[in-house]
Amino acid sequence: MSDLRELYQDVILEHSKAPRNYRQLATANHKAEGYNPLCGDHFTLYLDLKGDSIHDISFQGSGCAISKASASMMTQSVKGKTREEAGKLFEQFHKLVTGQANGNQADLGKLAVFSGVSQFPVRVKCATLAWHTLQAAMEGKQEPVSTE
Amino acid sequence: MTAVANRIPRELRSPRVRGAGFDVEKVRHDFPILREKVRGRTLVYLDNAATSQKPQVVIDAISRHYERGNANIHRGVHFLSEHATEEHEAARGTVQSFLNAEEASEIIFVRGATEAINLVAQTYGRTQVGPGDEVLITAMEHHSNIVPWQILCEQKGGRLRVVPINESGELLLEEFQKLLNTRTKIVAVTQVSNALGTINPVRRIIEMAHRENIPVLVDGAQAVPHLKVDVQALDCDFYVFSGHKLYGPTGIGVLYGKSALLDAMPPYQGGGDMISSVTFEKTIYNKLPYKFEAGTPHVAGAIGLGAAIDYVNGLGMDNVAAYEHEVLTYATEAVAAIPGIRLIGTAREKAGVLSFLLGSIHPHDIGTILDQEGIAIRAGHHCAQPIMQRFGIAATARASFGLYNTKEEVDALVEGIQKVREVFA
Ligand SMILES: Cc1ncc(COP(=O)(O)O)c(C=O)c1O
Repeated sequence: MSDLRELYQDVILEHSKAPRNYRQLATANHKAEGYNPLCGDHFTLYLDLKGDSIHDISFQGSGCAISKASASMMTQSVKGKTREEAGKLFEQFHKLVTGQANGNQADLGKLAVFSGVSQFPVRVKCATLAWHTLQAAMEGKQEPVSTE
Repeated sequence: MTAVANRIPRELRSPRVRGAGFDVEKVRHDFPILREKVRGRTLVYLDNAATSQKPQVVIDAISRHYERGNANIHRGVHFLSEHATEEHEAARGTVQSFLNAEEASEIIFVRGATEAINLVAQTYGRTQVGPGDEVLITAMEHHSNIVPWQILCEQKGGRLRVVPINESGELLLEEFQKLLNTRTKIVAVTQVSNALGTINPVRRIIEMAHRENIPVLVDGAQAVPHLKVDVQALDCDFYVFSGHKLYGPTGIGVLYGKSALLDAMPPYQGGGDMISSVTFEKTIYNKLPYKFEAGTPHVAGAIGLGAAIDYVNGLGMDNVAAYEHEVLTYATEAVAAIPGIRLIGTAREKAGVLSFLLGSIHPHDIGTILDQEGIAIRAGHHCAQPIMQRFGIAATARASFGLYNTKEEVDALVEGIQKVREVFA
């Protein structure tokens, strides 16, 4: 059970049940779809970019607890950040969930609760789906992003 | 595996004695992988609809072939080649009796159910379906019985039509009847649904289609592990299945076709073995079944499949079916009693599959938590996305049973689901 508790931390379960910024965004000027064909997870991410910074962000869709909590917490942590800062955060997050954390992850803050994912390699895609979608939205890609 | 057959008294193998002739503990000893530990726990393997585990006799038959009998077939003049050819053709005979086909030449070895369906779509389909013609499938098909027909329809300007199902996952036969028309060139239907477990009344379906002179392909991938199949009694025109879901190896499967149809069909792939003579001007194709078996086949696979069929025959398919029915009924009741469970697929006639949802918990999370308990299930759309759309869901958790699963394993599954509820409480 201990690995499971590491994965399904209370904060994660709480976010999965009551995701933050879970809505459409009327002011969105960027939007992207993220899809995980393996399990059918599907999210739409809305972005309001003002110049280079993420003025507002929201998402909607369906997915497992990990992917939904990750999307929810991601929207909280990147709001107000520049694209570059968000990109850096993703890099650190990716290292965290793939077990390559090297102590340089101080910026992650609350996102550190996802460290348990590294023990569950098949769930890495769940944790990173929202982030890949964010990247696509920032780059203004039209194609839906897929984890496959 | 006559040894197993001999150990079971004939009277106990009679279909009337429900499950009585079936000693599951003895059966479990035949499957070495069931003794494996995963994550420190005894494996509870409930992903049989994806692929089944292999009994020692199958593993041995394959090893024996490579250790002592390996050679290419149909071409050598030497001892081993002759021997390998005999074994390969003996396996064809085993499949023939297993399906009760009229002739061994109606049994085509392929890679699996998927390849068999593609073969029929690209040979029979390509010659029979023209612009405006229709291919009729059902709402509960596996992607492998959808996409090959879509490709065909795109190539030929045909139209794919779909028989709907009801809330419990049963085909609507009145709708099926209405969809049959003079443009329908073939019906392709699964005998047992891999996502819902529904057993379709294929005998009736075939009768209805034949009344309009429409041939029927039956996808038996999920049926042969659970039910006795008789292609002559069904009167189906094509029947397909995969060896690996029937306790045999991967990479081998079967297309059965009525010889008159197979004879009239153009070849699928060109190459060695499928010809009887080649010049640059003209090639004469080989006779059945070789016309459809281009290139060196999966000899060890066919031999392994033959061994798997001998094995289930030894147990008696009727005994297997009766025992599995008992386990599935037990599992259905036990799982349905858990608060928050919604069963997907509640047809009156079912085999092998229990698909479910638990509250708003995503099946992927259920799968991960059960896996920590050593319980292997599948979470996802089961290569049947249209069914998921039909039920307005993205995925289900699916426990699927084989002949070695026990009621104790069902109890473990139920306990595991309780753990899921605790984690998400
Ligand atoms: C009903 C059904 N048809 C066809 C297939 C395809 O079988 P294979 O992948 O072995 O070709 C499957 C496999 O899951 C199945 O469940």
